[in-house]
Amino acid sequence: MSKQPGILKVLHAVADIQQDPAEDESLFADGTLDSFTLPDLVTGLEQEFSVKIPDSDLVPERFDTRNKIEQYLDSLGK
Amino acid sequence: MSGAAYLRAFGSYLPAQRVDNAALAARTGRTAEAIEKTTGILARRYAPPDQSIADLGLAAAQDCLTRAGVEASAVGLILFASGSSERCFPGPAATLAASLGLAATPAIDLPIASAGSLIGMALAADLVARYGNVLVVAAEIMSRRITDADPDTAILFGDGAGACLISRDSGFARIADLALYTDGNFAESLTLAHGGTLAMRGLEVIMQASRKVPRAIADLLAKNNVAADDVQVFLMHQANRNLLAKIAKELKVPEDRFFTNIASFGNTSSASLLIAAAQWSDAASVTGPVVFAAFGAGLQWGALLAVPVAS
Repeated sequence: MSKQPGILKVLHAVADIQQDPAEDESLFADGTLDSFTLPDLVTGLEQEFSVKIPDSDLVPERFDTRNKIEQYLDSLGK
Repeated sequence: MSGAAYLRAFGSYLPAQRVDNAALAARTGRTAEAIEKTTGILARRYAPPDQSIADLGLAAAQDCLTRAGVEASAVGLILFASGSSERCFPGPAATLAASLGLAATPAIDLPIASAGSLIGMALAADLVARYGNVLVVAAEIMSRRITDADPDTAILFGDGAGACLISRDSGFARIADLALYTDGNFAESLTLAHGGTLAMRGLEVIMQASRKVPRAIADLLAKNNVAADDVQVFLMHQANRNLLAKIAKELKVPEDRFFTNIASFGNTSSASLLIAAAQWSDAASVTGPVVFAAFGAGLQWGALLAVPVAS
């Protein structure tokens, strides 16, 4: 089951975005995420998907696009 | 903690030259408004070319000893934190000791950046049992360690020095507990090579800091049965105003409980915690628990809890 609706829900909650970014569009390059919305995104994903993201996984590259976020969440087995 | 340790006085020194965001905008291409929005910084201080890190540290140390009413000769140990030292060795500790007229008092360098003064305070808390009065000094000349080619870091940093006298016998607050941490898995996130300029993966650092710092504070408070809401003031390494807001939110305490002077002085790395403490203590006295916390290269971070002497 796609996690994209949940990912979009979190993105809208933490960032001021008018249009949904494409699934492979860099969220950093387009300004959706920056150094201060990124930590909120991680917290939001943990709550939305009931997962615990360890400190060791907190590297920006994992959260650069909607697809990468979904791949990462899938890797957590949720 | 190996015995009683008291905060006796703070001190600080800031160079006179004020560099505002308009000046940084002209150098980096960022607008003054963008610099303020992303960092909360309006200005920072730069040391003149003829001033050394030991010079800055000396001015802060003298301010601290004057406030404490303690002669330099009564200092049993000096711990000097600096991440921007001019050379590999000797560091500024020995020069500072000599400038204070001390020719045999141990003076040890802590080559640690942003968490340096917190780590110095933590070591001092355990070392006062042996040395009596421990003078912790932190000084940085970050303006010589940044490049305008990297605006993300150039806009953040300033120069300055702070100091703290920690004593075995008396003071205005007692150090109740502390906790230090290191996670070398992110050692490459924030580096300064010999003779180089500061390199920072800002996103990585902020992600780690926004999680590790509130957790360290929360764990320390829980261990000591202190509610975050009962803390009188949080005195933090002044890294970025937005980060302080995030930590406040995470701990569920009002943001104004976090003292901040980053708008005036920018990020002075290891010095910032003690500069903030000196400024705060100028206008207030300790009536409740006080939390000190810092985070920086290493990654190194931690928290220290001080309580009123009567507690």
